Amino acid sequence: MDLATFLIQCLNSLQYGLLLFLVASGLTLIFGIMGIINLAHGSFYMIGAYMAYALAAPVAATFGGGFFSTLLVGLLLSVVLGYALEWAFFSYLYDRDHLQQVLMTYGLILVFEELRSIIVGDDVYSVAPPPFLSGSLALGEMMTYPVYRLFVSGVCVVLAGGMWWVFTRTRLGMMIRAGSQNREMVQSLGIDIQLLFRIVFAAGVALAALAGMVAAPVSSVYPGMGSTVLIICFVVVVIGGIGSVRGALLAALLIGFGDTFGKVLLPQASGVLVYVLMAGILLWRPMGLFKS
Amino acid sequence: MKTQIAVLVGAFLLLAAWPWIGSSYGMDLVNKIMIYALLALSLEVLVGGTGLICFGQAAFFGIGAYAAVKFTPSTGEAPSLLVALPISIGLAGLYALAVGALSLRTQGVYFIMVTLAFAQMAYYVVHDTPLGGGTDGIYLYAKPALGSWLDLDKPLAIYGFTLASLTAVFVLLAIMRRGQFGRALDGIRVNELRMRATGFSTYPYKLAAFTLSGAIAGWAGFLFAVKDGFVNPELLSWHLSGTVLIMIILGGMGHLRGAVMGAFAFTLLEELFRSEAVFGSLSKHWHLGLGLFIILSVALLPKGLAGLPRQIRERLAGKLLGTHHIPADDAVRPQENT
Repeated sequence: MDLATFLIQCLNSLQYGLLLFLVASGLTLIFGIMGIINLAHGSFYMIGAYMAYALAAPVAATFGGGFFSTLLVGLLLSVVLGYALEWAFFSYLYDRDHLQQVLMTYGLILVFEELRSIIVGDDVYSVAPPPFLSGSLALGEMMTYPVYRLFVSGVCVVLAGGMWWVFTRTRLGMMIRAGSQNREMVQSLGIDIQLLFRIVFAAGVALAALAGMVAAPVSSVYPGMGSTVLIICFVVVVIGGIGSVRGALLAALLIGFGDTFGKVLLPQASGVLVYVLMAGILLWRPMGLFKS
Repeated sequence: MKTQIAVLVGAFLLLAAWPWIGSSYGMDLVNKIMIYALLALSLEVLVGGTGLICFGQAAFFGIGAYAAVKFTPSTGEAPSLLVALPISIGLAGLYALAVGALSLRTQGVYFIMVTLAFAQMAYYVVHDTPLGGGTDGIYLYAKPALGSWLDLDKPLAIYGFTLASLTAVFVLLAIMRRGQFGRALDGIRVNELRMRATGFSTYPYKLAAFTLSGAIAGWAGFLFAVKDGFVNPELLSWHLSGTVLIMIILGGMGHLRGAVMGAFAFTLLEELFRSEAVFGSLSKHWHLGLGLFIILSVALLPKGLAGLPRQIRERLAGKLLGTHHIPADDAVRPQENT
């Protein structure tokens, strides 16, 4: 493998890992803070990707904007969706057994997938990246690298930085961290835990949907994209340690690099590599890398 | 207790009479459901019986199915049931022993994911290596037989053998649950720390339960391969592991009958929402109906289908007395039901 190929694979790994982190961070927060196993999280990624496809035409007709207006409208819609879902379905699940949550969110997956099929259809669609990001950068003499992929990595880094800032530097972040440590104590300090949960859930949904939207031009939009992402994100969450955003970042990059380089170096074993990695890590550290 | 046994015997008689009542399609459907019920029972040993949530049950099922195919001689000669079935059960049990020995080091959600990881490894071995015949799967050349009087190639024979297997495993597990082993598993589910404090080494018990569960799943896989005469990697996929888990949650955990009821309810609901005669053009989107039903069942049936009669009784009793009934905590109540 020459240097340019190596560099390209590194960039691909980074982009894939960061994208996984975006989806998995929401999952780990909802899991760690609210104690909810949310199987429907992959669906939010799928919904985001389909919004990037389906909203493009109506948004362009109404606001005359391009890709970024679609992104903004989709983001707002997903926050509303997350807020409404928490209110309608999830707020009843806190006291229930984990397996009841599994059953309920499984039902939600079926409903989301079928609604998607009714509204948009079952075809595979591609989404065009915005014109000024659709070019390629030259790497070495033979290779080029699409600018849009760099843009995806950039968006993820900015969001990861933003999350770090919210967590460590704001009052909201303080309440979230406290809530994940001791829910009752936070409640007795007079903090509205219901509202906090609703914000965390809406943010988690928005992160997953945003990941889906920015990933749409790279991966195209297809039925079943949610369930693939869901399983990999659960892998990321448990490797990192449940509830740990830092762990999720490290685990996502680990999976990103492992999977991408596995496909190049060991193509016949690429599918299984992620799971071997997870089993190995969990047997070595049974509570994940960073159990808070 | 007496009514429960009467209901179970009634259900058995109905299933035994079904080939003469239903169509050949109906018979094949019920045969498939009974195999799923056996698989669900195997998972119930872990989830409802021991409190271990395994997300890799399909691997043991698939190994049992693939073993049935791989150990059939390609000469077309029917293998003996007395050899083929123990091979399937044994190999699935062996893999479960290995997976259990490693994954029982972890707990809770981590355990769920490690069992998934090992199941996915088995999936990729079958999917990506020449051993499993790739995505297309393999056909079973000759179906096992027992001398001249039981040829599993006949639909009625495989139906009868499936029903007999399901009944035998159900009775066996019901007896086990009442014995010392079942009590120990109960104790581990309710409070493992306390079990350890009273001097039980819990690890061997959990490992034994895991191996038993894998072996039963292998049995179900064997039946599936023989019934369809065909295996493919999807038998080991996590979708099936998830579906079985959904079946036992829907049926109600902590009861063996819940697992069977869940398998029947889930598959029959699938058939119902898919049927064009009932839902017309909406049947194309049958997932929607199934999903809404599942969401409703979580809202209305916190104890699953098996808990429904008790829920109704309590509701009626509460109405008659005019007081709010406080349901007893199931986790603390020792397991009496099967």
